[in-house]
Amino acid sequence: MKQNQKNYTAFIGIAIMLAAVILLENISAIIPGLPQVFSPTSPLFTVLKKAAVYSLVAVSMNLLNGFTGLFSLGQAGFMLLGAYTYAILMVPSAQKDQVYYLFGGCAFDFSILDMFEGIFGSSGAGYVISLILSCLIALILAGAVAAFFAYLIGIPVLRLKSDYLAIATLGFAEILRAIFQWQKLGKVTNGANMIKGFPTFSSFNITGPSGQVILRLSTFVPFLISTVCIFIIVLLINSSYGRAFKSIRDDEIAAEAMGISLFKHKMLSFVISSFFAGVGGALFAMYVANAQAKAFTSVMTYEILLIVVIGGIGSVSGSVIATFLYVACSEWWLRFLDSEQYIGGFKLPLLRNGFRMVIFSVVIMVIVLFFSQGIMGENEISISGLMKKLPGKKERKQ
Amino acid sequence: MSEQVLSIEDLAVSYGGIEAVRGISFDVKAGEIVTLIGANGAGKSSTLRTISGLVKPKGGRIIFNGEDITGKDPTAIVSKGLMMVPEGRRIFPNLTVLENLKIGAYLRNDDLEKDIEAVYGYFPRLKERSWQEGGTLSGGEQQMLAVGRALMSRPKLLMMDEPSLGLAPIVVQGIFEIIRQINEAGTTVLLIEQNANMALHVADRAYVIENGKISMEGTGEQLLSDEKVRAAYLGSKA
Repeated sequence: MKQNQKNYTAFIGIAIMLAAVILLENISAIIPGLPQVFSPTSPLFTVLKKAAVYSLVAVSMNLLNGFTGLFSLGQAGFMLLGAYTYAILMVPSAQKDQVYYLFGGCAFDFSILDMFEGIFGSSGAGYVISLILSCLIALILAGAVAAFFAYLIGIPVLRLKSDYLAIATLGFAEILRAIFQWQKLGKVTNGANMIKGFPTFSSFNITGPSGQVILRLSTFVPFLISTVCIFIIVLLINSSYGRAFKSIRDDEIAAEAMGISLFKHKMLSFVISSFFAGVGGALFAMYVANAQAKAFTSVMTYEILLIVVIGGIGSVSGSVIATFLYVACSEWWLRFLDSEQYIGGFKLPLLRNGFRMVIFSVVIMVIVLFFSQGIMGENEISISGLMKKLPGKKERKQ
Repeated sequence: MSEQVLSIEDLAVSYGGIEAVRGISFDVKAGEIVTLIGANGAGKSSTLRTISGLVKPKGGRIIFNGEDITGKDPTAIVSKGLMMVPEGRRIFPNLTVLENLKIGAYLRNDDLEKDIEAVYGYFPRLKERSWQEGGTLSGGEQQMLAVGRALMSRPKLLMMDEPSLGLAPIVVQGIFEIIRQINEAGTTVLLIEQNANMALHVADRAYVIENGKISMEGTGEQLLSDEKVRAAYLGSKA
């Protein structure tokens, strides 16, 4: 009873949030004369899109690090697999020669998008259906490829403990990146060059006959996909499997004595986490409108690890909140630090290119020193919990 | 005599080159409380860990309900109804009391309500604390939780590794009282103890382990009155 009601309010909350995103995206078209922030080119939407993508990856990493106690640093590698799977499968055949011109065309002349366009037609409603279906299938395949590789690498690596596991997964991600940049695989991966031309978030904007945008959905789409994926992860965490993961995190030996197979459950968590990292990687490719191995460095993994730590290891809502704060700071709010600023005739000292990162590091140190549990610790925000607190503070303080 | 639940034949366990258990044999019959007593390093815990599958034996056989379970993995062993309360309690500190109990029943798929009520019946204190995290409980409450968690698997044979470890005497008495109640409710108990006095009072039969071998066996009362046992484990020179 109580649980049903909780799910019900959660669904309503999610629906309201998604509706709000659509409204926010289109508000500048509905009401003219709004501040610059609401225009479609404002950094607000860059932040929202990127944060939606990153929050999924952060939550998937939290599933592994925070809920199962497996310290893995392979997230960027699995994102890379997802991004390339999506990109390679979605580039329309007509564009392949152009994308792969350095290697004289692509090794396989197949595109899921073309396949569906062949069935439903490539214009009007047929195109919309093909786009949605092919995207969905490509995203799932992106996750599946990442999960498959996670399974393969998991067989030897998951027998390792803590730091060793981190090193092994980090190494795996770096090796993958090197392999994908290998010129000899150019006909598949386009070598070190980027793959582009596949549908991105903007492809989902509804346009009129002459190309003008009628309804923007380019922020809504990543929100929708991330929300669904995170919701699935939350369901998993709250299931008996999730409980088994947490018991392994708390005490491996006791968990084993309770009859929980350590290897099986670690593998399950690893594969599921990698699946969603793969989906996240595909979303990232859609966000930047290209897939290039260069982007998926260990720095990306650290960025995500940082988000997980700031949000609170073992808190899904903490990861999500931290992602939005982190992305907003790094892409928007702290950008002004990178250029010279004047107050009247006075030039502010220190502000120059790169100063943002200095301030950013200080902020992170302060968080780690004074909020060592992260923003949320192991707590979660629930809508019913917020209702009780209204009107009051939005976040539960430590 | 009633049927044998567990019989150990010539069990040997070694870690690297060190032989912890050197060929011990004993058995546990249905409905009994059997205790293994012995000093530190005698091989008691190794024996228990081997029976529950956490450690693979070097030699010998472990037969549970007529089935050879030697070298099986813990999942298979727990699902057959052999559950261990690990040494030092090892409850899950970041899970609530209720979640801890549910983990104990992880391999079961049926309804847990009755069992949770039964555990709360043994330990009313756990019911009061059911939403508290395991790590916030006191030592005695954690031991109660560890026993309750093991009971959730509906074990046919419950093995306990030093339930009295680090607990005040009055709490130990409470725990042993519960062990007796659990046994009366039909669960066979294999108990490992350093607190020989308590263990021998509650046990039907007992084995003394020394240097990885069984040096003595008998009923609890026999061993309690045995001169050698009194001198070595009960601290009386009478």
